[in-house]
Amino acid sequence: MSEELVRGLKCRLCGKIYEKSPLNFCTDDFGPLEVVYDYEAVASTLTKASITARPHNMWRYRELLPIDGEPTVGLNVGGTPLVRADRLAKALGIAELYIKNDAVNHPTLSFKDRVVAVALSKAVEFGFRTVGCASTGNLAGSVAANAAAAGLEAYVLIPDNLEQGKVLGAMIYGAKVIAVEGNYDHVNRLCSQIAFKFGWGFVNVNLRPFYAEGSKTMGFEIAEDLGWRAPDHVVAPMAGGSLIGKLLKAFKEFETLGFIPKVSTKMFGAQATGCNPISNTVKTDALKVRPIRNPNTIAKSLAIGDPADGYFASQLIRDSGGWSEDVDDDAIVDAMKLLAETEGIFAETAGGVTLAVAQKLIAQGRIDRDGSTVLCITGNGLKTQEALIGKLGRPPVIKPNMAEFEALVGSEAGELVGA
Amino acid sequence: MPIIRIPTPLRPHTGGNDTVEAQGATVGALLADLGKQYPALHERIFDGTDLRRFVNVYVNNEDIRYLEDLETVVADKDEVSIIPAVAGG
Repeated sequence: MSEELVRGLKCRLCGKIYEKSPLNFCTDDFGPLEVVYDYEAVASTLTKASITARPHNMWRYRELLPIDGEPTVGLNVGGTPLVRADRLAKALGIAELYIKNDAVNHPTLSFKDRVVAVALSKAVEFGFRTVGCASTGNLAGSVAANAAAAGLEAYVLIPDNLEQGKVLGAMIYGAKVIAVEGNYDHVNRLCSQIAFKFGWGFVNVNLRPFYAEGSKTMGFEIAEDLGWRAPDHVVAPMAGGSLIGKLLKAFKEFETLGFIPKVSTKMFGAQATGCNPISNTVKTDALKVRPIRNPNTIAKSLAIGDPADGYFASQLIRDSGGWSEDVDDDAIVDAMKLLAETEGIFAETAGGVTLAVAQKLIAQGRIDRDGSTVLCITGNGLKTQEALIGKLGRPPVIKPNMAEFEALVGSEAGELVGA
Repeated sequence: MPIIRIPTPLRPHTGGNDTVEAQGATVGALLADLGKQYPALHERIFDGTDLRRFVNVYVNNEDIRYLEDLETVVADKDEVSIIPAVAGG
C-alpha cells in the first residue's frame, strides 16, 4: 500500500535523490540521506479518523513510516502513555506538564523499539538475514529482542563499560553481543565498516534513514494525545541528536497534513555535562560540533561524543527558539528521584538528564511557566540501577514484631481505623 | 606505504579496491596522493582544502580531530580509514 508513498532517499546537503536502498550517506558528498514522502498521496489515505480507528501502537501512522506493505517486525511497539504530570508540574512551578513515557515501551522498555521496528521491517523487505547495531545499551536490547522475534540473526556491538542490565538485556535474546574496547564512537566506526563489508543490515548504519523515521511516532503520539496539537515546549534527551529532529518533523508533518494547527514548538535538547557536544554547540553558537573524546557520565545511553546529527540538532534547536543545556551526575540522580517521587515513574539516567535540564531551563526563563511542556522519557530505570547504588541509602531491617515497627515509625504515626 | 581504507559504497571510484596505498608523511599529504590517483574520490571527500563536514578520518584507532587533523603524521605501517560520519545514535 505505502509503496508509492515513499519517493526515495534524498541527500540533506545536495538534494540528490536515491532509490530506496540500504544506504545512509550520499556517495557524492557524504551527506545524510533522508526519506522523502509524497504527502499528497499520504493525505489520500491517512486522516485523523483513519488514525483513531486503528490499534494504539506506532503503526497507526504507518503511511508516514518508510515501509512498503505491511510491517513485519515490532507490531506492538508504541502507544505509550502521555502522562499529565501535575505533581511534578507543581514541584517545578509550571502550569501544564506531560511525561511521554517510553520507559514502558514494548518490548524492551525504551524508545528504541520504535526505530528498530521500522529498521527491521525494512531489513526483512531488503532481504537481510543478519542484522546488527552499534549501541549505548537500549538499542542493543531492542535489536536483540525484535530480531529474535523476527527470526533474524543479530550482531550487537557495545562499548565494554556498559551497565550490567543492558548487557544481560541483550544477551538473553540470543544475540551475538560483542563488547568493543573503547567508547561508543569506536564501536560506531567499526560498525560502519562491518555493515557494508559483510552486507548486513545494521539498523543505525546502512538502514539508518529508515530507522530514524521510527522516532517520529513518539511525536505523532504526543500531538494526538494532546488533542491534536503540538506542545509549546518539548524537552528531549540527545545522544546522536536524531530524536529531537524527528519529534519536530512529526509535528510538521501533522501540520502539513492539516491534522494540527501551525507548529511553533520550541525544541529543547538535554545532555549530560560529561558528554555535551551538542549543548555546547548551541550555547557557544558554534557552526561546527566539537566532538568529545572521552565521554564521562552516568548517563551512558547518551554518551556519544561524536553525534551524527549534532549539527542538524543544534540548528533546529536554535531555529525553533529553543535551547540546550547539560547537567552533572548529581543533578541527574536528583532528578531521577524527583520524577519517581512525584509521578511514580522510574526513568533511566537519560530521563534524569531530561528532567534536570528542564529544571535548569525553567530557572533560566527559557521555558515559559505558563506554556505546555512535554518531557520525553526514553528509557527505563530498571536498566541503569548501578547509577543509584549508594544514593538511596538502605532499608532499615527490623524483626517481625509490632514493637520494632512502632519503635521505627512511632506508635502515633498510624491513622487509626474503627477506634 | 600506509594503507587507506575506502568506504564500500565509494569503491567504484577506486577500481573496486577496498584498500589503496598512498604516499605522504601526513594525513593531508596522503589524501592528496589518493586524490591524484582517484580524482573522483577526491572531490567527494574534500570541499576545497577542507574535509567535508560528514567525512571522518581515522589513523589506526584515533579520529584525526583528536590528533593534528590533516597535519597528523603517518608512518609506514599506519592504517588510515575514511569513514562516513552519518551513523549511529
